[in-house]
Amino acid sequence: MRRVLPPLTGLAMLAALVLVFLLVPTEADMGIVQRIFYFHVSSAWVAFLGFFLVAGASAVYLWNGAPTADRLAYAGAEVGVLFCTLVLVTGPIWARPIWGVWWTWDPRLTMTVVLWAIYSSYLMLRAFGGGDAAIARYAAVLGIVGVLDIPLIVVSVRLLRGIHPAVITRTQGGTGLADPWMRAGLLVSALALILLAAWLVDLRVRGAQLEDEVAALRREMDARRGEVA
Amino acid sequence: MRDALAILAKDLRIEWRTREGISSVFVLGVLLVVVLTMAHDPSPETAPTLAPGVLWAAFVLTGMLGVQRGFLLERENDCLAGLLGAPVDPAAIYAGKLAANVVLLAVMQAVVVPLVGLFLHVDLAARLPALLLVCLLGFASLATLFGALAARVRAREVMLPLLLLPLLVPLLIGAVQATRAVLVGGLAGASGGLGVLAAFDVIFGVAGWLLFAYVVRD
Repeated sequence: MRRVLPPLTGLAMLAALVLVFLLVPTEADMGIVQRIFYFHVSSAWVAFLGFFLVAGASAVYLWNGAPTADRLAYAGAEVGVLFCTLVLVTGPIWARPIWGVWWTWDPRLTMTVVLWAIYSSYLMLRAFGGGDAAIARYAAVLGIVGVLDIPLIVVSVRLLRGIHPAVITRTQGGTGLADPWMRAGLLVSALALILLAAWLVDLRVRGAQLEDEVAALRREMDARRGEVA
Repeated sequence: MRDALAILAKDLRIEWRTREGISSVFVLGVLLVVVLTMAHDPSPETAPTLAPGVLWAAFVLTGMLGVQRGFLLERENDCLAGLLGAPVDPAAIYAGKLAANVVLLAVMQAVVVPLVGLFLHVDLAARLPALLLVCLLGFASLATLFGALAARVRAREVMLPLLLLPLLVPLLIGAVQATRAVLVGGLAGASGGLGVLAAFDVIFGVAGWLLFAYVVRD
């Protein structure tokens, strides 16, 4: 798995780029800027996957205390925030020419920025909350509360005024992705980003594992040095 | 249940003897209402439309400080360690702390809410008690969980607002929308906001009850 992920990600990325920039037709109303949609929507999916990974791994960690579950939760939050940031960057680039403003307090935009804030605060807690083992437990509590908040956020932001297109579900004036090339572009982009995210999570989990091993070795070294002296 | 009541009584007694938390948070609440209103510079006609936003922004910010203070008090002289060392179910500690927070915040709101009504020319006090209680419960169930959590980590002063504010967004939206609807035309239009608030109360009441043990256990 570790061997195949990087080349597989590279291939999928290349395929996504070829599809989105060479094969997918230009959208009739919006023009060239619509092509950012394929990466924007895929990033949003991957961000959600990351946040659900945080919740699942957090629940497992509270249940059995496995260090791997804790590392997975941490990596999920990092990757989730990374892709959520990409959503928040690519969205305004599209919105500026189409809506005329970089940002508006539409339900989906509000939801995305709130989720970004929740999981950024998760990363802050882990980074600055102190180094002891209790932080992993506190973070797991936050990871579970965070995912419980998601449906509430989704419902509550609908009380706000909305203009965001819902392309896939064909509601709110969306037409669905009629063109097969467009559908292929979105699917392959999503696949490429999911593979990239999986690779990143794997790297981060392995990194955290190595950090723990180094810390354990260092403790052992200090103990032996104490014996000699 | 008895343990929870004992903790509630203890917290209220501490507060009653010093009146330090309630008075400082109360003055802060008044200040926030004044500052938020001033920043908008409303005309007499637009003033009522500001009321929901000002009310709930002040509520969230003062409530956070009130809850935080309750847990920082427990840190002094290692009271928290004593409390956790006692043969008491963590869920009972959670319930007691939650009840104490609800009572103290309610007392504070009883003064701040009429004041917002006075400043912004709306009759709030008569129409909002039920809504206030629903918000207080939801707010306190999450704030009690994270107040205990934040009191036990480094950088604790900044950590509570950082963790709590984004999680409170559904509560804030629900409360503002419900208040607006109530002020315009009674309860009929408020069902969306009230639904969110009720769900928030139930979900985080149960979650706080179940997860509190993981926050205070050593």
